[in-house]
Amino acid sequence: MISPYYLQLIILVGINTIMALSLNLIIGYTGQLSIGHAAFMSLGAYCSALLTLHFNLPFIVSLLGGALFAAFFGILIGIPTLKLKGDYLAIATLGFGEIVRIVCLNLEITGGAVGLRGIPKKTTLLWVVLAVLITAFILNRIIKSRIGRALIAIREDETAADAMGINSTYYKILCFGVGAFFAGLGGGLFAHYMRFLHPKSFDFMKSIEQLCMVVLGGLGNMWGSFVGATILTVVPEMLRSVADLRLLIYGAVLILMMRVRPQGILGESPANGGFKNNSYSQWIQTRLKKSLRKRSGSDKT
Amino acid sequence: MSRHSILTATGVSHSFGGLVALEDIDFKIYQQEIVGLIGPNGAGKTTLFNLFTGHYKPTEGEIYFNNQRINGLKPYQITPKGIARTFQNIRLFKQMSVLDNVLIGQHCRTRTGLVGAVLRTPRTKKEEARAREHAMEMLSFVNLEEKKDEKASNLSYGEQRRLEIARALATDPLLLLLDEPAAGMNPHETIELIKLVRQIRDQMKITILLIEHDMKMVMGISERVAVLNYGKMIAEGTPQEVQNNEEVIRAYLGETA
Repeated sequence: MISPYYLQLIILVGINTIMALSLNLIIGYTGQLSIGHAAFMSLGAYCSALLTLHFNLPFIVSLLGGALFAAFFGILIGIPTLKLKGDYLAIATLGFGEIVRIVCLNLEITGGAVGLRGIPKKTTLLWVVLAVLITAFILNRIIKSRIGRALIAIREDETAADAMGINSTYYKILCFGVGAFFAGLGGGLFAHYMRFLHPKSFDFMKSIEQLCMVVLGGLGNMWGSFVGATILTVVPEMLRSVADLRLLIYGAVLILMMRVRPQGILGESPANGGFKNNSYSQWIQTRLKKSLRKRSGSDKT
Repeated sequence: MSRHSILTATGVSHSFGGLVALEDIDFKIYQQEIVGLIGPNGAGKTTLFNLFTGHYKPTEGEIYFNNQRINGLKPYQITPKGIARTFQNIRLFKQMSVLDNVLIGQHCRTRTGLVGAVLRTPRTKKEEARAREHAMEMLSFVNLEEKKDEKASNLSYGEQRRLEIARALATDPLLLLLDEPAAGMNPHETIELIKLVRQIRDQMKITILLIEHDMKMVMGISERVAVLNYGKMIAEGTPQEVQNNEEVIRAYLGETA
């Protein structure tokens, strides 16, 4: 039905969407500059792969195990570093990412520099679509709740958020935990699709790539993460012939975006917006309403 | 005074490194009074606010609020006990809507956790509806209910000041600290503000401590005025007493006056 090539592309778009959505929670909504998101992905990927390989657990259990493992590290890294702000936090998360990569490179259980081979292929399009929908659903619910408001308040003005009775440290750690959980989920899907893991796949550039997806789509905009992930997955594929130029193009895109449209392609959705209140979804909504009205109208007549 | 104090500071000092910002402050605020805190620039007024709200920890001394010791507690621990504040340089959540700003004030009065938020349980919905209703009440109290969907940064200066007050009121405080609420307001807006502050005290039974440079406002509204100079409390009393206090006059006009 779908050619294997396009199937792979769609699956990668899905996994990258999960990565971008979860990173958006941390950077776009809570305003914490994290550039080690690939590390959480690799923790989830290795953990779930090992669970499958050594214990032959059902896929769903391996996935959740990997995600929880990543979330645990998200919280662990959050506790000492989240007192840091802006650039300092960025550097700390960068350091964390490198530590994870080097540890994976040197541990025996992760296959070291050879990489982890022979992971059974369990990720299907259905799994990915389900995972994307669940991720988007849960993150959207969080953002539109009291917790989401607190996260955005921290981004907007931490001092004022504190004065409103928000325990900003707690919420920052929570957001890192949730973000890492879904990054780990994405990693688990990635591991069981690629069937091979190597620390190189989760290096600093991977984190930057994910950051680019979020920024390109629009910080603090859920649809933006989807758009950003799609563009930055599909375009490099089309540019395969000029693979060497890929990083250069990434850089150029970032500079161009910051210069021309710093709010991203879709821009930030209006106050406290998750998926709703956004022009694109509003467009869909009005379309739906119109067609529904038409149908009910024709029923009457 | 027969009313009992809501906030008591005894021997409070605060220094930034070697710089002593506040020295041995003894200060009481009684229930449901309006107290003005004045003093020249750099006298330590905002520092005192920051000590009351937990943004700073006093170097020495004790602060009691409602008979509970609060020095050393963090802002997020003090706010639920019933102290709310506004800021000298307005600190709104600019990208959020007016209503959401006020809803943040309800944060410490709501409980929904991660599970409740994701599952959107009936309890969560009920709590959210209640918070919204309360927030709307606060907005209409400061006459901003029509702007509820506006982005906070799009409001006029006076409206932003009022929104900040509504946000503070949404935390259900017993004591409201206003840091230069009339700064940058025109005379008409100031008169409205005085009315509003009186209403907050009379209708909501909230005690008010305000820092203000606008003497007309301070003297017009305060039942008691405290004067800080170089980190020391140099006078305290009714507006008339303070206005005639020689030390206060000297502090404001210089030695020779």
